[in-house]
Amino acid sequence: MTARTITALAAALRDGSTTPRALLDAALAHVDRTEKDLNAYLAMTRELGEAQAEAAARMLEEHPDTASPLCGIPMALKDVLCVDGIDTTAGSKILRGFKPPYTGTAVQRLFDAGAVCVGKTNCDEFAMGSSTENSAYGPVGNPWDIERVPGGSSGGSAATVAAGSVPYSLGTDTGGSIRQPAALSGVVGFKPTYGRVSRYGLIAFASSLDQIGPFTRTVEDCALVYKAIAGHDPRDSTSDPRAVDDPLASLHSGVAGMRLGIPREYVGEGTEPGVRDAVQAAFRVLEAQGATLQEVSLPSTDVALSVYYIIAPAECSSNLARYDGVRFGVRVERPSVTDMYLQTRDAGFGNEVKRRVMLGTYALSSGYYDAYYRQAQKVRTLVSQEFETVFEAVDAIVCPTSPSVAFTMGSRDDPLSMYMCDVVTLPANLAGIPGISVPCGFVDGLPVGLQVIAPRFEDSRVLRVAHAYEQATDFHAKLSPYASTAA
Amino acid sequence: MTETATIATALDRYEVVIGLEVHAQLLTRSKMFCPCPADYINAAPNENTCPVCLGLPGVLPTINQQAVDFTVRTALALHCEIPSFTKFDRKNYFYPDLPKGYQISQYDLPLSINGYLEFPVGGETVHCGVTRVHLEEDTGTMHHAGDVLQSATSSLIDLNRCGVPLMEIVGEPDLRTPEAAREYLVRLRQILTYVGVNDGNLEQGSFRCDANISLRPHGQQELGVKVEVKNMNSFRAVQRALESEIERQTGVLDAGGTLVQETRGWVEAQGRTISQRSKEQAHDYRYFPEPDLPPLRLDAAFVERVRATLPELPEARAHRFQEQYALTAYDAAVLTDTRDEADTYEALVVTGVPAKLAANWQSGDVAALANEHHLPLQHSGLGIDGLASLLRLVDAGTINGPTAKELLAELYVSGGNAEALVRDRGLAQVSDTAELSALVDTAIAANPAAAADFRAGKQQALGQLMRAVKEATGGKADMPLVNRLLRDRLSEQ
Repeated sequence: MTARTITALAAALRDGSTTPRALLDAALAHVDRTEKDLNAYLAMTRELGEAQAEAAARMLEEHPDTASPLCGIPMALKDVLCVDGIDTTAGSKILRGFKPPYTGTAVQRLFDAGAVCVGKTNCDEFAMGSSTENSAYGPVGNPWDIERVPGGSSGGSAATVAAGSVPYSLGTDTGGSIRQPAALSGVVGFKPTYGRVSRYGLIAFASSLDQIGPFTRTVEDCALVYKAIAGHDPRDSTSDPRAVDDPLASLHSGVAGMRLGIPREYVGEGTEPGVRDAVQAAFRVLEAQGATLQEVSLPSTDVALSVYYIIAPAECSSNLARYDGVRFGVRVERPSVTDMYLQTRDAGFGNEVKRRVMLGTYALSSGYYDAYYRQAQKVRTLVSQEFETVFEAVDAIVCPTSPSVAFTMGSRDDPLSMYMCDVVTLPANLAGIPGISVPCGFVDGLPVGLQVIAPRFEDSRVLRVAHAYEQATDFHAKLSPYASTAA
Repeated sequence: MTETATIATALDRYEVVIGLEVHAQLLTRSKMFCPCPADYINAAPNENTCPVCLGLPGVLPTINQQAVDFTVRTALALHCEIPSFTKFDRKNYFYPDLPKGYQISQYDLPLSINGYLEFPVGGETVHCGVTRVHLEEDTGTMHHAGDVLQSATSSLIDLNRCGVPLMEIVGEPDLRTPEAAREYLVRLRQILTYVGVNDGNLEQGSFRCDANISLRPHGQQELGVKVEVKNMNSFRAVQRALESEIERQTGVLDAGGTLVQETRGWVEAQGRTISQRSKEQAHDYRYFPEPDLPPLRLDAAFVERVRATLPELPEARAHRFQEQYALTAYDAAVLTDTRDEADTYEALVVTGVPAKLAANWQSGDVAALANEHHLPLQHSGLGIDGLASLLRLVDAGTINGPTAKELLAELYVSGGNAEALVRDRGLAQVSDTAELSALVDTAIAANPAAAADFRAGKQQALGQLMRAVKEATGGKADMPLVNRLLRDRLSEQ
């Protein structure tokens, strides 16, 4: 049941064939069965979910026509999203036992719509990673092959949808952390335009890049969740005040007559042949739908990775300063405050977090700021301008989401090779533009994702192109071995 | 060891260069980046806090518009330019009273730049440039079980003050004496309180000052080694600390030594500064643009709207008082010392009390009573209207000065209607010439020795005769009239 789509479950809730409580119980039972293989969750929220299911049942009974399609539907939240009174660790030891006294805006909007929270999902520590192996609470298994990673950093959120435990989840995307795990786990993952979804309540990794977005089984479901969480929030000064256009209105408009660009730099030597074949087949499908495809160029792609690994660590080094053992989370007691800081952070942070804090501290240091951070900001502007130029010629960009399919756990122990995972996703974060990954094939039973990118605030266009592709194929309908048992 | 040089001889040999940095809390209702009340004095520890000012994971700041308005208002009063583009930056350092591990401040593009302050010191006008006025947030406060954080056995943190809007006013190194530095602060505080953005309390720390001071031989262009002095919580402390630093630095230089760039703290009890931190130990704050706050664009229309809210500033008001009310420069300065004082004065004058009379009473007896009772006139039982009616009785000659003084002291505390009191108690002045002339004759007859002394040219002798007449009227005599009648009568014959 829980492996079905939001749309299907919303109908089932209304025709009386199921109830919010039954869906919650089914989701929790499926998690119970699969968790020892997947480790997708850091906390289950049965008590919260039961209260929400009860409230949702009342909403559905009293207002079946006006209740949100998300009402009564079980879902999961990446553990970087704060929920009042619920353990929120960001995948880090330093936040073990931390219960925020407030709920973030995007999550609250879902709760207000009647969402039923199943649990908090595993992720790379503070969302830093591309495989979820950097979680302080152990790696997540990919439901298509549990020896392999589900991608990251939102690996738990991707895996739980791929495993059919819940029809949707929320993740966060700073350099590809929604789209890449969506591709590697065979589900839909969408990073909206920066400023579309409030970041209030999202534990910051890199403030100018972070964005919340959904994992779903279909693009239509994705549009439903996006619609519910998007929109201006006075608590987030970087959230955009302009009205959000209804993504469902243009969802079925197709791609006939659309000009789609394929960046030369995004299908390079680093792309696995199987991924390249699958994506090229996807291009043909889009052409068959009436789109015109052309090659475009984003020359700064190779330096975008370097720029990202200056800006993101710089912001992270500052954002993570608050984990000092003084007010919340873990503290290593020492007689002097300096020793307490050092020991707490040494014991509380994992290696990847420490590496990025050190990189960022260095990049912002007096004497290096101009050479690194300032220079990186200039190149970031250049990356944005290149996208703008390309979008004068094409309506959207189509390309692979990840150069590779899911890799074996432990196979990428060199940080640089892990950083390369994000080479085709992070430019969209630097430019603040929307991107989606939609299933587009398999290589030896492992999913491949097609990425669609559009100009800022053209989130509906991203969804429209992805939907047109999805409707012409059936890769999204294929269930992982774990999802089959929940179907 | 050389003998400690005195300030005077030090100033003969060295030019002192002083620049001041002032931190002033803004009188906004809420904090800089969250809706918590900014009042941290009248709150239980950590009462006025929320996830945002506690720096909890996941929170974001939002800008307090009133704080921006107040800062622009201050900047305009200090003749600053307001650039159309400004942004916030993060200043990164670890300290337990700074929950986020960074302070949101402004680095290279502050809200305002290039202002100045002019004021008289020892008969000369001092011009001191204002480099910038920018906006940031205050930190929390700490209470150590021990002297300082590093050696304390435990420390308590109160984050009520954390996030209170703080304005930093950076002065140019244009000041040349401790006296000028003190006067700069007095003037600056006056302006801040006039424009209504700060309460000017040095002791409680809502107005705080750090000083940079260096010495160089007269005529040398290059600046000497700079020392930053902190921990001064009164105007007097600033002056004393700077004097002490001049002595210390002169001593080092005279002995052929070299000064080190460092931060020193003023220790009031010891009357000297002690080293806190050398240049090598200085923080690298790793400033970078605050990614959670978009830059602010302040257009000319906004700046003009704020300018329109500026009150008349003390200097201009004092000047106008001299012209409009024919006051001396001294009286005008006293009466415009605070905005309340000046408003009170004009409120008195507007009710018909003559300007000079109002000035004398307000800056004399009323000021003394306000001081004695720690109660400004407008909050006293008398109030501005009560004082006005009392002074109108004086002006009309209904009561004499001493009676007015007594009534003022009584009414200041208990309140009441001056006219009714004068009527009920029969306090009206005796100014009937015939009646007073008779009393004058009686007094001369009763004090023949005094009368004779006066006639012999001893002016002081008149006092005894005046007192006699005054007593005969129960203190109600029109004394200037008595004086004239006595002199007339004694000069006869």
